[in-house]
Amino acid sequence: MTRFITSSFSHLILLIGILIMVVPIWMIFASSTHTSSMINMNGLQMFLGDSFYENYLRVLLYQGGFFKEITALKMFFNSFIMATGVAILSVVTSLMAAYALVYYRIKYATLLFWIIFITILVPLELRIFPTYSVMAELNLVNSYFGLIVPISASAIATLFFRQFYKTVPDELLESAKLDGANTWRFFVDFLIPLSKTMIVAMLIFMFVFGYNQYLWPLLVTTSEQYWTVVMGLKMMSGSIVHRFAFVMMSMVPPILIIIVLQKYFIKGVFQDK
Amino acid sequence: MSFLDLKNVTKIYPNGTKAVHETSLSVDEGEFMVFVGPSGCGKSTLLRMVAGLEDITEGDINLDGKLINEVDPSERDVAMVFQNYALYPHMNVYNNLAYGLKNRGIDKETIEQKVNDAAKLLQISDYLQRKPSMLSGGQRQRVAMGRAIVRNPKIFLFDEPLSNLDAKLRIQMRLEIKKLQQKVGVTSIFVTHDQVEAMTLADRLAVINNGIIEQLGTPIEIYDNPKSLFVAGFIGSPQMNFLDGNIKNKTLSAEGFEIKDIDSDFEGEVKLGIRPEHLSQSENSLINLKVDLVEQLGSDNLVYGQLKDKKDFCYRCPGNLTIEKGADLSLNIENNKYYIFDKSTGKRVN
Ligand SMILES: Nc1ncnc2c1ncn2[C@@H]1O[C@H](COP(=O)(O)OP(=O)(O)OP(=O)(O)O)[C@@H](O)[C@H]1O
Ligand SMILES: [Mg+2]
Repeated sequence: MTRFITSSFSHLILLIGILIMVVPIWMIFASSTHTSSMINMNGLQMFLGDSFYENYLRVLLYQGGFFKEITALKMFFNSFIMATGVAILSVVTSLMAAYALVYYRIKYATLLFWIIFITILVPLELRIFPTYSVMAELNLVNSYFGLIVPISASAIATLFFRQFYKTVPDELLESAKLDGANTWRFFVDFLIPLSKTMIVAMLIFMFVFGYNQYLWPLLVTTSEQYWTVVMGLKMMSGSIVHRFAFVMMSMVPPILIIIVLQKYFIKGVFQDK
Repeated sequence: MSFLDLKNVTKIYPNGTKAVHETSLSVDEGEFMVFVGPSGCGKSTLLRMVAGLEDITEGDINLDGKLINEVDPSERDVAMVFQNYALYPHMNVYNNLAYGLKNRGIDKETIEQKVNDAAKLLQISDYLQRKPSMLSGGQRQRVAMGRAIVRNPKIFLFDEPLSNLDAKLRIQMRLEIKKLQQKVGVTSIFVTHDQVEAMTLADRLAVINNGIIEQLGTPIEIYDNPKSLFVAGFIGSPQMNFLDGNIKNKTLSAEGFEIKDIDSDFEGEVKLGIRPEHLSQSENSLINLKVDLVEQLGSDNLVYGQLKDKKDFCYRCPGNLTIEKGADLSLNIENNKYYIFDKSTGKRVN
């Protein structure tokens, strides 16, 4: 009996937690399916209305921005390019950096690694003006390249891969060598397959990181053509229901990525190797 | 020049450890060479230099008539079986075997043929699709062997491959390795610190101590004719008995007994070595043993006891003799099979 009470009590606490997280999102979603006059008169809604298609379609296709040059659809496209680019580029570079740090006979590899690691203490915001002027010099303002490259060196991912490589037994490398594998083949045939789940986890992390960028895209794009979703959230004008609809849609890509890859994601983060 | 030739090979690790001292050794084609010695004596280091996994500090290694000091391990055409097998965990057994062949650019049909042949030879055909994590220790051992065999290398190198197996499986695999090597006929070097393994497997045996080959020879030569105190103590089970003694005018006097007319001109402090199996009971005895403990192995009895001066001593007798604890035995050395070593240098003097 007491067990029943304590267990239902903890369930109750968990339920309250879930409600606190979910209800606001639900209210925004429910409100986004009503007409704006309805919201203006009656405030936020708990139940679904019948303007879903009308509102969401309008948001997707509406020419927004000061110059009316960009639609939400285009913003999603830009964000997707940027997030994917950041994810792939940062994972590839940190895989290779970690490989060099662990397997090449670099004299001060450990010191070098910690220097790379310290860059975590220097966030983009601190170096944003020098980085911008480099991009400007190189004529990369208003380009996908300029959006992606400056934020694609990840010390965290390098750390993860380095620590993983260090747990790979030496005999594996030696055995592979005797089997005729050169440096490149060992990387491709052994380290990449062995760190597969970790690679997927890092891809997700870096995708969400890239997707959520705000300050950098704001600075490095002057043309509305390169606006991203997160910028759009701030810049969007229009009625409240349309903004709600846009907020709801902006959550979809990261959630989709996580749902699709969650099997690997959990394995990768909690890998006991 | 023989098939594998080591000339004055020395290894000094970057931290200053001198693991191998000016070692020279020749291995003939098809020969099964065993390196045996206590832990840390440099067996693995020597083997790894042949494989190319460690740089050679000084000296030359020739394999099949070619100097290989600077040849990359991937180009040496040697195969190695590691203590922990080092199977590729993300590949199934088939690909574990095939990987080395793929890297050599061999076509698919030939690879399949070779892998299947090796798998049949090692009786692992049923597991080809399994990952190594789904195999037992003995099966993993076979896969590791298969990976070496399938490439048909110039030389097999084994670094204590049996030490992770339980006693029974170890004896079985020992037998299989020997049979397999005879069948395939590949030159092999096998590293172990187990002297029984060494004796049973070797065509020739190198007893290594502190980075030096103390003695090189067939197992029987080494057993019958150990050249140093170390080799005498290391080879043979149970261990040889050692007694302190002194030689003067061809007469050796040890605690409690004398041996006259010995075959040596040495004078001074010595160690007298007697194998437990070279003793027998007789009336006019040399040695009196007070029995503490009898281990009955069935075919043999191992009798442990003490001499007059409280020195521990072991005597091996046929299993059909009953010997009681506390008994006093008088023992004689059979056929003058005793070994005398210079106490200061450890060198054999008779
Ligand atoms: N990478 C290394 N750096 C420095 N010293 C080393 C290194 N590897 C081995 N040694 C030293 O070299 C000596 C020989 O080592 P080795 O591994 O060859 O011994 P072993 O005979 O194989 O012993 P075991 O039977 O325990 O495997 C040891 O004293 C060891 O401490
Ligand atoms: Mg060793």
